[in-house]
Amino acid sequence: MSARGEYRVRLEVFEGPLDLLLYLIRKNEVDIYDIPIEEITRQYMEYLDLMRMLDLNIAGEFLVMAATLMVIKSRMLLPPEERDEDEEEEDPRWELVRQLLEYKKFKEAAGYLEQREAQQENVFTPEEPGTLPPPDPSLSLAGVNIFDLITVFNKALKRLPREDLREVFGETFTVADKLEELVQLTAKRRRLSLSSLFDRMRSRVEMVCTFLALLELMRVKQVRAIQERPFGEILIEGVA
Amino acid sequence: MREDVMEAADAPARPDLKAIVGALLLAHGRALTAERIREALIRAAEASGQDPPHFSTAQIAEAVSEVRSALEAAAVGIEVVEVAHGWRMQTRGDCGRWVRALLVKAERPRLSRPALETLAIIAYRQPCTRAEIEAVRGVSVDHVLRSLLEMELIRIAGRSRLPGRPLFFATTPKFLEHFGLRSLEELPAAAELRRRDSEADGWHPPAPGEKVEAQERKAEDEQ
Repeated sequence: MSARGEYRVRLEVFEGPLDLLLYLIRKNEVDIYDIPIEEITRQYMEYLDLMRMLDLNIAGEFLVMAATLMVIKSRMLLPPEERDEDEEEEDPRWELVRQLLEYKKFKEAAGYLEQREAQQENVFTPEEPGTLPPPDPSLSLAGVNIFDLITVFNKALKRLPREDLREVFGETFTVADKLEELVQLTAKRRRLSLSSLFDRMRSRVEMVCTFLALLELMRVKQVRAIQERPFGEILIEGVA
Repeated sequence: MREDVMEAADAPARPDLKAIVGALLLAHGRALTAERIREALIRAAEASGQDPPHFSTAQIAEAVSEVRSALEAAAVGIEVVEVAHGWRMQTRGDCGRWVRALLVKAERPRLSRPALETLAIIAYRQPCTRAEIEAVRGVSVDHVLRSLLEMELIRIAGRSRLPGRPLFFATTPKFLEHFGLRSLEELPAAAELRRRDSEADGWHPPAPGEKVEAQERKAEDEQ
């Protein structure tokens, strides 16, 4: 944090495009075997834009997937008889579906490992625990993923009257100030709901600063997010 | 077996195998295999100029199970569990919250989702290359692999014969210990998630004694 209060955050997002797609499929409660490509593509692009707006460091694979979705979408628009003269061509979505299904299985396996790990937290051995160095600098958000957070952020943004994002009306919000504010709000393990935090805000810049401050605090494990059921309310809680 | 243990009449009375094994488990802390126990028994005998004792794996397992039953019967909050192809002495899970309250820094770092997913892929598909993992996750796993290697949850298990001879990754015993797994067989849905048919192409098990050089490993890291 510089003296001028300019705090540049460029957070690494380690979730990939498949995570986002699975997230959107669950969120929209659509059938993975019959993905409404047009709608899912639209939402995918929306999240991509939001992540760019937040200046999150996202993998190039997100763009590759965007292109793939566009191709599938355009192929879906062709009436089946015009798609190909050869025998029955397979559904243009199939390759993607296959990939999603396989990934989903491994996500479930990862969930099993996560459970085992949590159980192991209850047992102690004579060897000093904590021989594991901290996993990685990514956002490990325990139960909440980056897309859940972006969803709340997006909802709050949409409530605001239209304004040009690139214009800053002499507003004095900074990420540094928001960091401090959030630390105070969540001090002594206090909890607050993420949506109510944004509800009070009237400016996009303020929301963006708050969101980035929140991600940073989560990254350094000063604050954690809790979501008791999928797509439920997200609470943030101070760790110290 | 008892006679075996009691044989050295001149030596100061030696505790029986159950006691020794119990002590080893407590002192070692981590998962201990029958092989390591046997080595310790042999080394101790050699150090005191005695003939190396002969204990079968079954005898050692029997001694461990005696320790386990003794602890269970005593109900003293300590247990012996089977983990990582061996045994580990640990506090009982139902006593966890008191231990945590005692040990201030007992909050262990948890693995992130990307790390868990990468581990899951390696666990089921091992040995596998980075490209195979990335094909499943749809995103680069470079940094995740590096930190998993550093944590010794995975290891480099040779090289593929595919072009560029990419490295193969596999899980370590520490992986099993970290998740309290007896063996890889304990992972659910193994048949479904294991390697699909011919993907093992290009894999050759490392020749006996072949170790991947640390240098090679470093070079790959820097790529």
